[in-house]
Amino acid sequence: MTSFLQQAFNGLVSGSFYALLALGLAVIFGMLRVVNFAHGAVYTLGAFGAVVLADKAGLGFWWALLIVPVVLAAGGMVVERAFVHRLTALDPLYNFLLTFGIALVAQDLLSMTYGSHSQPYDHAPFPGSVDLGLFDFPKYQVFALAVSLAVCTGVWLLLTRTRIGTVVRASTERPETTRAFGINTGRWITPVFGFGVALAGLAGVLATPMRAVNPAMGSDLIIVVFAVVVIGGLGSVFGSVLAGFAIGMLQALGNLYVPVLSQTSVFLLMAVVLLVRPAGLFGKEEHA
Amino acid sequence: MIVALSRRLHARPLWVRAALLAAGLVAVFGLPWVLYPPVAADILCWGLFAVAFDLLLGHAGLLSFGHAAFWGSSAYATGLIAIHSGLPFYVAVLGGAVAAAVIALPIGWLAVRRSGIYFAMVTLAFAQLIYFTANQWGSVTGGENGLQNIPRDLPGVDLTDSFVYYYYALPVVLLGLLAAWRIVHSPFGRVAAGIRDNPARVRALGYSADRYKVVVFVASAFLSGLAGGLYAMNHGFASLQEVYWTTSGKVVVMTVLGGIGTLWGSLVGAAAVVRLEDWLSTSGFEQTQLVTGGIFIAVVLLFRRGVWGTVSHLLRRRDDPAGEDPEPGLVHDHEEETATEPVSASAP
Repeated sequence: MTSFLQQAFNGLVSGSFYALLALGLAVIFGMLRVVNFAHGAVYTLGAFGAVVLADKAGLGFWWALLIVPVVLAAGGMVVERAFVHRLTALDPLYNFLLTFGIALVAQDLLSMTYGSHSQPYDHAPFPGSVDLGLFDFPKYQVFALAVSLAVCTGVWLLLTRTRIGTVVRASTERPETTRAFGINTGRWITPVFGFGVALAGLAGVLATPMRAVNPAMGSDLIIVVFAVVVIGGLGSVFGSVLAGFAIGMLQALGNLYVPVLSQTSVFLLMAVVLLVRPAGLFGKEEHA
Repeated sequence: MIVALSRRLHARPLWVRAALLAAGLVAVFGLPWVLYPPVAADILCWGLFAVAFDLLLGHAGLLSFGHAAFWGSSAYATGLIAIHSGLPFYVAVLGGAVAAAVIALPIGWLAVRRSGIYFAMVTLAFAQLIYFTANQWGSVTGGENGLQNIPRDLPGVDLTDSFVYYYYALPVVLLGLLAAWRIVHSPFGRVAAGIRDNPARVRALGYSADRYKVVVFVASAFLSGLAGGLYAMNHGFASLQEVYWTTSGKVVVMTVLGGIGTLWGSLVGAAAVVRLEDWLSTSGFEQTQLVTGGIFIAVVLLFRRGVWGTVSHLLRRRDDPAGEDPEPGLVHDHEEETATEPVSASAP
């Protein structure tokens, strides 16, 4: 029982990274109809950002958590204006291809500069573990889970309870109608892209103290996150986040009971979801 | 669209087409005299793979980001057959291609439930499933080490020299290319193109769009499998690299670079990428993705017709300046996306 709970908690922690990445992917997709292949590369850049800040400027984890997402968001907004924007009028697949190219370039630039081995990071906050009643758990991982939950809840509140959120959701769902109400939907595109990128960067910084930081860390992860958003329903922010946590748990518990399936379970689940609900668990079939 | 298509087919006079075909044949027959033979054979394999991929992307409008699954599983199956049975290498390669088609059937059947960007993500995820399976099933696939020392046997012929192997692999590639060309120019291929351009109308005519998509998907996987099997034979090994997502990405790069929907352009794209990577790695530059990725970004932003498409567009412009010649390929299924078209295009 204890090992079950401990493994479930492990699953929640890795799920919190899936959720943050899926959230950013869903927010960007909602506004721009772009699936950002470079999302995994941004996660990697976030982790490297934390390492570089520590090595070159001596700035610790908290500074990284603040600075890196902002810098990456700015970079993301530049990329959106310079490249992504030029292709939005075309088939969305062109932007998928563009961001794929960006991901290839970013990954190789990192391995050219830092090599493909893992980078050490000794600025991890919250060393030691905390007693959670039945088992001990690393303090930092509890913190990472809390941050992820807080950010996901915050974004959900932002989207549902504020005027900005209402405008963004309206621009997402019915751009024509929203424009007819005199709202300039175009001006939200770049900030929303930057925001989604910042979420991936934040996930990268959060991962630095507990994961191996190397140029390939994001590329395998992003494919799992693609499966996560297909399961949750890419159009649904709520579904994507929930699926993120659920699949983290599924993988961790799978690892405990059926180790052979630990890496493949998420893809098998995706197959089942496609069979039963092709639009995803929380997705709506869109019809013209 | 039909008008544009038929004009496209008959635009070039017969002698131009004959000359192009002759030049192409001279190129493929002369390749191992000019290039290091294993590299020449690599160009053949990747060329067939890219053409098979364009059959799906350019002619059925489906962007698969998981074609490594078929190339790679055929590489493994071909290797296993050759190692354990000692049959002629043609049989092993055919067996590999059949294995790829068998794997493609359930994947295609599930994946066609989604279209456009979802189709790309779903195929990518299924390919990763194949990758992890190959990684874990070490007793059969050799895990991290891959399958090594795959023999290439043919009774009465010594194929150890790559130069000789090239000419024995060439007929298989030419047959594969011919098959792709036949599919595109058959009534079946026209229905597939119709589904790409206007799925609702094709359905209204009584065709089952999904069934056509699955058949094109499986045919594309079979041809990718032929290519992957020949590739494994060329190198004598099959590794996890063959089923990894970077391989899926590489074939996308080749086809887009050559020109989506041009079929033969994919050969040009494959040759260019293989040559470039070979040149980069022999001159000691390891980050090949940096270069191919950069070129790819430039093509997506600036030359979406690709090499072949741009050249034939310019030629057609010269002959018929007023003619309609839309940018090709990448027409997604309208059902999912029309409700929310890109917002920025007409934003004030």
